[in-house]
Amino acid sequence: MTHTTTSSAPVLDVAKVRADFPALAQEVHGKPLVYLDNAATSQKPRAVIDAVSDFYKHDNANVHRGVHTLSVHATELYEGAREKVRALINAAELSEIIFVRGTTEGINLVASSFGARFKPGDEIIISALEHHSNIVPWQLLCERSGAKLRVIPIDYSGDIVMDEYRQLLNERTKLVAIAHVSNSLGTVNPVEEVIQLAHERGIPVLIDGAQALPHFKVDVRALGADFYVFSGHKMFGPTGSGILYGRRELLETLPPYQGGGDMIASVSFAKTTFNVLPHRLEAGTPDIAAVVGLGAAIDYLNGLGWDAVAAHERELVSYAVERIAGIRGVTLIGTPAHRAGVVSFTIDGIHPHDAGMILDHEGIAIRAGHHCTQPVMDFFGVPATNRASFAFYNTRDDVDKLAAGIQKVQDVFKG
Amino acid sequence: MSELRELYQEMILDHHRHPRNFGKLADANREAEGFNPLCGDRVTVYAHIEGDSIQNLSFEGSGCAICMASCSLMTEAVKGMNVADAEALFGRFHDLVTADAPAGDAETEALGKLAVFEGVREFPVRVKCATLPWHALRAAVRQIVNQSVSTE
Repeated sequence: MTHTTTSSAPVLDVAKVRADFPALAQEVHGKPLVYLDNAATSQKPRAVIDAVSDFYKHDNANVHRGVHTLSVHATELYEGAREKVRALINAAELSEIIFVRGTTEGINLVASSFGARFKPGDEIIISALEHHSNIVPWQLLCERSGAKLRVIPIDYSGDIVMDEYRQLLNERTKLVAIAHVSNSLGTVNPVEEVIQLAHERGIPVLIDGAQALPHFKVDVRALGADFYVFSGHKMFGPTGSGILYGRRELLETLPPYQGGGDMIASVSFAKTTFNVLPHRLEAGTPDIAAVVGLGAAIDYLNGLGWDAVAAHERELVSYAVERIAGIRGVTLIGTPAHRAGVVSFTIDGIHPHDAGMILDHEGIAIRAGHHCTQPVMDFFGVPATNRASFAFYNTRDDVDKLAAGIQKVQDVFKG
Repeated sequence: MSELRELYQEMILDHHRHPRNFGKLADANREAEGFNPLCGDRVTVYAHIEGDSIQNLSFEGSGCAICMASCSLMTEAVKGMNVADAEALFGRFHDLVTADAPAGDAETEALGKLAVFEGVREFPVRVKCATLPWHALRAAVRQIVNQSVSTE
């Protein structure tokens, strides 16, 4: 998929890559699909679709259950995917990889189980950039425990204010939970520094990596993350596959999240003994096919080459920023120091809901709305934005079509 | 493009750009908010009602062109009506934007300017944008002061 040119930078053969994604080769309203809603969910390569389909055709059985051949196959595939995730994010041990439905469930697991020890007066720090799924679970925890939620503000570039963060850290802080990449603005937060400052005070840090892994490789040990949560479906895998990474010393201390099958060693009516990690935190039959598909997505990404993916996207997103910002009557929302994958904008006098629908008629799929980040919208004083979000299979031609589409929107509103 | 033109007719664009009866009503004795969390459309309808007569009507808020124009045209259509006629008009309007087939001449005539929203029926996701103001109006006239209605 990649080849080396005279320079050392790997180059992505995007035309070839696009042919791997059946959903991209279709027309919408008679126009070729331009899919720019990758931050909501990515399309899936044939390798992933086939892995899910093959699993159901040939290997379908429950995991960790039976002595029969299919159950052994299913278990090998499921646990094989766990090893692929471990290697991808450079976790030290397989027991540190917990499969969940998605980022939302991963964060809820931590809020529920790690949060069980929180007491009145304890503090949790999040940022003003967070997705609702990294706000609401902590609010619920605060209601249960009497802990307080503290919020790192952002500036008008869409960057978190590090000086304010330093002020918020104190002896009552029990956890910092922050996005690696903002889903509504594309800001790449300085998570290394965020983690380092928290660790100087012995405070653990959870990173919401839902918008990071689709764009660049993450090394959880190099970062020093205590918890790192992400979704398979945003990184070209199936819906229903999510990952909670946690350092083993921390995971060992968590009470069970849900009770049920697979998370127990023995059950009697007098007492239940719990299974070891990671199974202790994975009650019930998991979404086995989705996890197998996630394994195929990781193989696919490794095959493309992460450097080639990142280099293509860097160039593409900076082209998109320049092109969209250059349209008269268009305002970028957020101009962060470091950006990945996402460009949010408004069009003068035209609500995103109208723009999104007119663009759809041009075959262009963007997200129009608050992107589950209402506090970010409030900060910028807009009810909603238009959000174009990119993946490695997008092209400069997609950006040009979006720019032409925005002009079409403006034309419709001229009447 | 023709479907889009059908939706974004000049009258709709005009009412979006220059909404009528916009702003808080000084002598309002009823008000209700309509909110669509899906897209962030948010409108407050103010009414002055004497007996069963809707004597005055206005709105405030922000939203997409369909929602704003629907608000504006609704206030024009309903001002001076009695409550029962306003409810009946909402029923007609709702049928217009959700019908499978084009409205008949009699219906179109009964709706007056509101017939301009007929194009909405081709866009099921926009039905809520067009009906949100009417839901808020209904909440207001049913004397539920300060109630917030949601389309979700």
